[in-house]
Amino acid sequence: MSTKRHESGVRPGVMADFSWAILIAPTLALLTLLFIFPVAQVLWLSFYDPAGNFTISNYEKLAATPAYLQSLWVTFELSASTTLLCILIGYPVAYLLVSVKTSLSRKLLILVLIPFWTSFLVRSFAWMVLLGRQGAINNVLMSLGIIDQPLSLIYNHTGALIGMVHVMLPLFVLVAAPVMSRIDKNLMNAAATLGAGVSQSFWRIFFPLSLPGVAGGGILIFVTSLGFFITPGLLGGRHEMVISRIIVREIQEGVSWGFASALSVLLLVATVVFFILYDRLVGLSSLSGGDSRRRGTVAAGLQKLLAIIAAAGDIMEKAYRHVFPVRADRPALRTGAALLWTAAALALLFLVLPILFIIPVSFTKQSFIGWPPDLFSWHWYERFASSPLWSTAMIRSIAIGIGTGILATVLGTLAAYALVSRKMRWRAFWLGLVISPMMVPNVVIGVAIFYLFAPLKLIGSGAGLALAHTVIALPYVVVTVLAVLKGYDERLNQAAWTMGAGTWQTFKRIQLPLIQTGIFAAFLFAFVKSFDDLTIALFVTAGLTSTLPKEMWDAATTEVNPELAAVSTVTLFIVLAVIIVAERLQSRGALHLKK
Amino acid sequence: MKLIAKNLSKSYGPVKALDSASLAIREGEFVSLLGPSGSGKTTFLMMVAGLIMPDVGELRINGKLATYLPVQDRDIGMVFQNYALFPHLTVFENIAFPLRMRKIDENRIRSAVGEALEMVRLSSTADRVPAALSGGQQQRIALARCLVYKPSIILMDEPLGALDRKMREEMQLEIKRIHRALGTTLLYVTHDQDEAMTMSDRICLMHDGRIEQLGVPEELYFSPQTAFAADFLGNSNFMDAEVMGRDQDMASLKLAGGQVIRARLKESLLQSDHVRVMVRPERLRLGPAEPGSDCNEIRGTVFDTVLVGEVTRVYVHITADITVSATSLTGTHAQLPALDSVQAMHWPVSDTLVFSR
Repeated sequence: MSTKRHESGVRPGVMADFSWAILIAPTLALLTLLFIFPVAQVLWLSFYDPAGNFTISNYEKLAATPAYLQSLWVTFELSASTTLLCILIGYPVAYLLVSVKTSLSRKLLILVLIPFWTSFLVRSFAWMVLLGRQGAINNVLMSLGIIDQPLSLIYNHTGALIGMVHVMLPLFVLVAAPVMSRIDKNLMNAAATLGAGVSQSFWRIFFPLSLPGVAGGGILIFVTSLGFFITPGLLGGRHEMVISRIIVREIQEGVSWGFASALSVLLLVATVVFFILYDRLVGLSSLSGGDSRRRGTVAAGLQKLLAIIAAAGDIMEKAYRHVFPVRADRPALRTGAALLWTAAALALLFLVLPILFIIPVSFTKQSFIGWPPDLFSWHWYERFASSPLWSTAMIRSIAIGIGTGILATVLGTLAAYALVSRKMRWRAFWLGLVISPMMVPNVVIGVAIFYLFAPLKLIGSGAGLALAHTVIALPYVVVTVLAVLKGYDERLNQAAWTMGAGTWQTFKRIQLPLIQTGIFAAFLFAFVKSFDDLTIALFVTAGLTSTLPKEMWDAATTEVNPELAAVSTVTLFIVLAVIIVAERLQSRGALHLKK
Repeated sequence: MKLIAKNLSKSYGPVKALDSASLAIREGEFVSLLGPSGSGKTTFLMMVAGLIMPDVGELRINGKLATYLPVQDRDIGMVFQNYALFPHLTVFENIAFPLRMRKIDENRIRSAVGEALEMVRLSSTADRVPAALSGGQQQRIALARCLVYKPSIILMDEPLGALDRKMREEMQLEIKRIHRALGTTLLYVTHDQDEAMTMSDRICLMHDGRIEQLGVPEELYFSPQTAFAADFLGNSNFMDAEVMGRDQDMASLKLAGGQVIRARLKESLLQSDHVRVMVRPERLRLGPAEPGSDCNEIRGTVFDTVLVGEVTRVYVHITADITVSATSLTGTHAQLPALDSVQAMHWPVSDTLVFSR
């Protein structure tokens, strides 16, 4: 066994100088072709008129049309309200997740992950069932005699906001909880021994330390909301015409590419600005599971403000204890914990419960969505199964999902290997590049791919769509596999080499068996990403080349009937099954590696 | 009494983390809770702090009942193993924190923090953040944060565990100095016997959730009450034996392998009882006992000799299963016995400790 053999090949750490470049090359090629170039083209097109002359007329039109400015305002307002509500509702959930035992925390986390991975469309339909004029909430309130007339909870600002919060809330929890979990629990104990009550130690110690997570989660939600049109489109009214919805409309009505580009650029710029802010506060590397980096003191002004809040809370605490004095001879009631559990449990119910409402409705005998459903009939499932439109869409979605999964997993795994190589240069740059599709609104990627595919006559091509989906799935694969590789003990490889195993033997017999579950989980995530995608499919599919989400969107925007509930239930269970498998594999894989 | 703990107990399911522990600490006393991990020493400390609530038992701090009192009302100070300095606050604000909680006015805060910083000799670091300090400096700031509000008792949970050896020894002396200068009452958790011996007025040795033995360091070292105590503190040679016969409190014991020695015996032990005999390696002398001296003598085969530094150890097989070691100050090599030679050893009968098995 020569040492020469050890210096080359697929292995983190000990690689020949440029083998990382070979590993990451396919990913870069795909991203250049289907992401960087097309997005740059969108930018470019926004400054040209159809005749090919430079112009800023697209932007002038944007600034001069009140409807667009109105839409901009609506988009920002809706995004800001969503962000604020998510922070308020999500904070107790994240706090609870990091304050209970790990085993319980894992279980509670599933309640956050289920809505996180459930299709936006399915979730929107669920809210239709709940909030509609004949929906569950109005029905219950009316039968209890609390109201005479059904409340308008949907197809207006309220409906859009409820739907948006439901969509974004898991994101906040998933960003804020890891930051909170890195706060040393002893700090709170220390504060208590130094004489701080619950309010003082929370506002002066825990809260300021959790701020990067709060700000990071908030910015991520705000940015994602800016480019999101599905929920406002389905649950909002005529007024909730968000900017990305206008982009979709402009493209679909084939007005002017230049103008749609200008809108996309606007969205992109806003997104980039906020991501820079995010990077400043939390560090972009936290997106890839890395440590957040910035850790300084909190601004003095903020500290003063928090001290005032803390003092106010302290007064309330003292007042409470005046009414319910603490006794030294028996354990105190855990009022604070009870309050936290109540707030978090309500939020978790809000996340999970509505999704379940879709299921009974799909078994109704009625021909409309109403509550309570008139049970029990397989009618809508039979219609769904016998409809060629639905079944081809379903088969296409699964096929494209598997194609995307395989391609993204292969490319992403190779890229992840490159990214853990010690020899790699400009690592932060490459990592940023590979996960950048995560940060660009999908609608912008959709527009870009449309501009690329249209002249090439690739619209409607399944392979084309799978390639496009690979772009958005890649970051998730890279992040997942990176986490697995970082958790892998490299000394196992070294041990294998000392026993005479070659590079390939070591990979096949030692490393692969240990990381394969992680890689399979990455495949499943990529599959779900593709299977769920509406935004890109909206631009590059039509008619019989439609995917399932595209069919569902078309059906939902024309007529909402129980058939849609049946389709939703089926997709819900497909995605749920995939997620549960992936979660199991991941936790098992993690366990495996820790041993 | 500054602290009185009576029958404190805590179970986690079937595991008894703390089993009926009672302890009283005088004003100004330095008491160490010593024991291996899982012995209950940290559980005990956390109960005094109020961070763990006992299932049963009673706790008094400064004469006041405090069993279930919230942490912040106990008037205790605590130094954590990882320092638990607030990373987003400056050193000054960290030390000022307990004073702000007590609504002390700004001028007095300034002077008190200054004094505390002087006490730990780190006045120049007031405006820095904890992350900019070394481990030893952070430890001193944590100490200053505890001293600044003069709590009734200061609790320390393995405060020097994260420091390297040299720094640890320096900090041990530093803590001792401050303890002497201020006369604070200190309850100190450690698993390091040397640390406990160096610093404490009294040591509370813990084992399996119970208090094994409580006493001044000399007591624990020279008269351990149990085999565990003898084993945990210092080095020890254990030999299995059987009581052959006793004459009042002196008895003759047959060691495994057949050699016979004499020892003072506890009343509870009877003829034919199986016991464990312990003798400290530094009490063992090489060579036969002088006639007439009140010494035990045994023989064995030299198995290994090791020069550790200031001491040299000779390992001797008494039987195939029993090895004893004799420690002496390092002299010249000529004095060391040859490997595999048969060697006689002796020690005073009064240094023979016997434990029931």
